[in-house]
Amino acid sequence: MARRWTNTLGPRDVTPEAVFLNRRQIIAGAAGAALVGLPGAGRANTLEPNSWEDITSYNNYYEFGTRKDDPEKYAHMLTTEPWTVRIEGMVDRPGDYAFADIMQEMTVEERIYRFRCVEAWSMVIPWTGFELADLLGLAGAQSGAEYVAFETALRPDEMPGVHYNVLDWPYVEGLRMDEALHPLTIMATGIYGKDIPNQNGAPLRLVVPWKYGFKSIKSVVRITVTEDEPPTSWNKANAREYGFYSNVNPNVPHRRWSQASEKVIGTGLFPTRQDTLMFNGYADEVAGLYEGMDLSRNF
Amino acid sequence: MDRLNKLLRNLPAWPAYPVSLLYIGWLVWLGATGQLGVEPVETLEHELGKVALYLLVAGLAVTPLRRYVGLNLMKFRRAIGLSCFIFVLAHLLVWAVLDVQALGRVWADILRRPYVTVGMAGFLLLLPLAITSNNLSVRKLGPRWRKLHRLTYGAAILGAVHYVMVVKGFQIRPILFLVAILGLLALRIRWKSVIQSVRRKNLTPTR
Repeated sequence: MARRWTNTLGPRDVTPEAVFLNRRQIIAGAAGAALVGLPGAGRANTLEPNSWEDITSYNNYYEFGTRKDDPEKYAHMLTTEPWTVRIEGMVDRPGDYAFADIMQEMTVEERIYRFRCVEAWSMVIPWTGFELADLLGLAGAQSGAEYVAFETALRPDEMPGVHYNVLDWPYVEGLRMDEALHPLTIMATGIYGKDIPNQNGAPLRLVVPWKYGFKSIKSVVRITVTEDEPPTSWNKANAREYGFYSNVNPNVPHRRWSQASEKVIGTGLFPTRQDTLMFNGYADEVAGLYEGMDLSRNF
Repeated sequence: MDRLNKLLRNLPAWPAYPVSLLYIGWLVWLGATGQLGVEPVETLEHELGKVALYLLVAGLAVTPLRRYVGLNLMKFRRAIGLSCFIFVLAHLLVWAVLDVQALGRVWADILRRPYVTVGMAGFLLLLPLAITSNNLSVRKLGPRWRKLHRLTYGAAILGAVHYVMVVKGFQIRPILFLVAILGLLALRIRWKSVIQSVRRKNLTPTR
């Protein structure tokens, strides 16, 4: 079993009760408008989660179409029960793992993370999920394995977007083993304490908060532990624009646009534009993983 | 077709301007009241850009429709072109003011981001066309007016290329726009005279 996460967050990281209670109200079904205008809930010391509506109606999930509202419209077609994840490659216990069985073994906790899309917009999302390290432990990932590869379900009958060759389906992603085992890396199974909606990657999706959103692959059906760097979908589509690492980095622009700032979703017709943080604000936790690497080359 | 043309002749072109402005105002109002989704700026940008592209295609279709179909929409061409300019201008303003939000960043994007450069170049080509889209200019410029307004072809190509460049992955719609625009431009070429001139060259006996 991988090393457990040790808490490095201090009192300043604690969500103020007002914000916390407010979130609970939303869970209870109160209007999202209640969130607007909370005084003093700046991003410097607290993360104010986006509304349920923000998180579930503005999605990139090209298997359901390329428009932001396509996933919300069409993802209901995806059957998520039953669901099995095939875990294979360099693991002691390869096989098909039923989602329900996985959930019995895992410790589910809440993680409020920043989410930064490569398209220069961002949200704050209160995920629930478990550490990927625990799942890799369950399958018995072998030492000597260097990478972990992931694959999204490919169901032409349930995914209208895959009839267009926007990408080379199925969607695939990958992480270096130390990234995969990092305690910040989770498999999310819920948002705001509810089951994760289909458009957000039900029933389980990767969340790597210091990387651009497209690395956080949705609706995972296959995890392969491997020796070699696995192919990744956006890198295959356009290697000049999307590297394997795709760490959030305000200093390395996308080939077509700047990554120095980001639009905050849910802030209206004159949206808040804020500076993008190195490693999306998780530099203290993850910068060490890339020590000595030229991040403008390994983008 | 003659009856249709006669009917069209009695139809005024000026309502295109208030309709364009009202539509833009309505979109902004939808955005301001949360009816364009949680990220209204992007929706607004895309919608304005798309309407501008439709109008570019419509404007370019006028001449081929008259030549090959006999449908005369000449009367509406100025209204189509100017409405297109209004949408391009609105698209540009929404991008600069609501999206990028800072003049320095706007300038940096124009210089460094090719899809912005291309879009901006298209806008600059449209600018003299919009300014000279009035009877006075047509009279004053004479034959030069027709020459000047061939800039439309360049602007249309740049507009479509701008769309192709901005999307992620392989997407059909922008490519269809580009194909449509290139197709409409190809229809303008008088192939007969091109072929004849090529033939003539080939037939010239060499000594």
